[in-house]
Amino acid sequence: MTENEKDFTIQNYLEFLENKKLMGSKCKDCGTLYTPVRKLCPKCDTANMEWVEMSGKGELAAFTSITVGTPYFIQKGYDRNNPYCFSIIKLKEGSMISAQLVGVDEKNPETIKIGMPVKVKFLETEIKGETKTDLGFEPI
Amino acid sequence: MTKLARKVALVGAGMSKFGNHFPVKRNPDLWIDAWLNAKESVDNGIEPKDIDACYVGNYSSDLFNHQGHLGPQMANLVGLTPKPAPRFEGACASSGIALRQAIIAIASGIHDVVVVCGVECMTELPTAGVTDVLATASDSLFEYPAGATFPGLYGTLASAHFKKYGTTAEDLMRVGIKNHSNGAENPYAQMQQSIKDMMNSKMKRYEKEGREIPDWSDEFDFLKSSANPIIAYPLRLFDCSLITDGSACLFLASGDKAKKFTDTPIWITGTGQGSAALSLHDRDSLTSFIAAKEASRQAYQMSGLKPKDIQIAEVHDCFTIAEIVAMEDLGFYEQGKAVEAIKNGESKRDGSLPINTSGGLKSKGHPVGASGAAMPVEIFKQMRGVAERNRQVKFDVERALTHNLGGSGGTCVVTIYQK
Repeated sequence: MTENEKDFTIQNYLEFLENKKLMGSKCKDCGTLYTPVRKLCPKCDTANMEWVEMSGKGELAAFTSITVGTPYFIQKGYDRNNPYCFSIIKLKEGSMISAQLVGVDEKNPETIKIGMPVKVKFLETEIKGETKTDLGFEPI
Repeated sequence: MTKLARKVALVGAGMSKFGNHFPVKRNPDLWIDAWLNAKESVDNGIEPKDIDACYVGNYSSDLFNHQGHLGPQMANLVGLTPKPAPRFEGACASSGIALRQAIIAIASGIHDVVVVCGVECMTELPTAGVTDVLATASDSLFEYPAGATFPGLYGTLASAHFKKYGTTAEDLMRVGIKNHSNGAENPYAQMQQSIKDMMNSKMKRYEKEGREIPDWSDEFDFLKSSANPIIAYPLRLFDCSLITDGSACLFLASGDKAKKFTDTPIWITGTGQGSAALSLHDRDSLTSFIAAKEASRQAYQMSGLKPKDIQIAEVHDCFTIAEIVAMEDLGFYEQGKAVEAIKNGESKRDGSLPINTSGGLKSKGHPVGASGAAMPVEIFKQMRGVAERNRQVKFDVERALTHNLGGSGGTCVVTIYQK
């Protein structure tokens, strides 16, 4: 099955992510790009999409450094003394996406600058013997 | 947006004491407290036989208490079986939605008198569990795997507001200081203490324990210290609302039925509701809430009022940054200008536009599904001039507004009240 024969489902998006590909869907009618994937373009009310691979480059739009994390991130080893950054990235292609921001000084978040250029970093986490890939970004 | 087809009045409003009540009090106990409290506020009395339906707002009894289907349970407790008892969910805007639906039902003529129940019992779970349940109001597919918590999402929005408008951590602290000073005057609030009093009692405790007394000259020193740890940068502990158990109860009646209950009804003249993409990354703005702008646009248009006509407001300060954004979304101030007004004291009890005289979610507490019904309780009291202790505003309140936000702004309900 080629990329564009795959249905525009969340599962297929996540499978791309597991294979270290950040994919979006582009409306063939109006050109709007969606990350993560959407099957229906809410602007056109049409389901006329194509898969597009993102360059993985963008800039930091907004972020936080979290000391009291979610159970998933606590499981990953983050805590009050080892905070992590949740961020919103504005991709070079124009859409935004949520991701963990790594390679920054989470304990001194005032050093992290909105607008700084970032690139994708696929983050592998091993949980119960299985490896899972999550979306991350790091400063260029 | 036309006016309501029939007039709708708020004829009674009350609430339980907000606080950390589990297991002494659970959803049914909290609701009965609110019901009895609200009944006392109805001048000529109200009985179950007067009421056509019970509209319940609750976010997540399913996950907090392993109890779904709360509507009929709450209705039965106050003698309303077999009347209709639907439950409404929209995260922290759940009972704001129940209120709006009750208004619509009365305006349409389907019902004449509806009781609105807002209820939530959160402390049955430990803090980590509560955080996880609240996170389900955000996007669990794409925000949660990136580490989003609720404070985290509002911290993210705050970072964007800081960058765009130069808002600072001190600006956020001013909101918390104000709301706690209001909550100190509210006998129903969870934390009835000003931040200065908390600071002083902490210093006294350190002295008593023989520890080094911190060098805090004012609240800002205290709030910038390790006594107020970062939860989700730039938000610290005292930028976050509380984890709360509580309930609120509102009695609504059609224009002709209202006279039976009181000679001084509070008229509801505007209601609006808006929505937004659940994920922040799917929105055009990270510094305002489109759902709030849309809800307020509808409510203003319906009531014929403008932002400058509003004299007091209860807004959804689930985090201090949210109060700042609400002041801008509601049109009280231009984008980026609310912090200046806060610095000038305009939103204080004695200011030109008092906001959250109840103490807000910050100090009164935030039992998520009950907050939307608790806001009108404060408005009801302020408009009647009966707010307790020292928090009654010093002018006659003729026009007021409530702003109830769901989750990270995916839902917003705005309601306008007039005498």
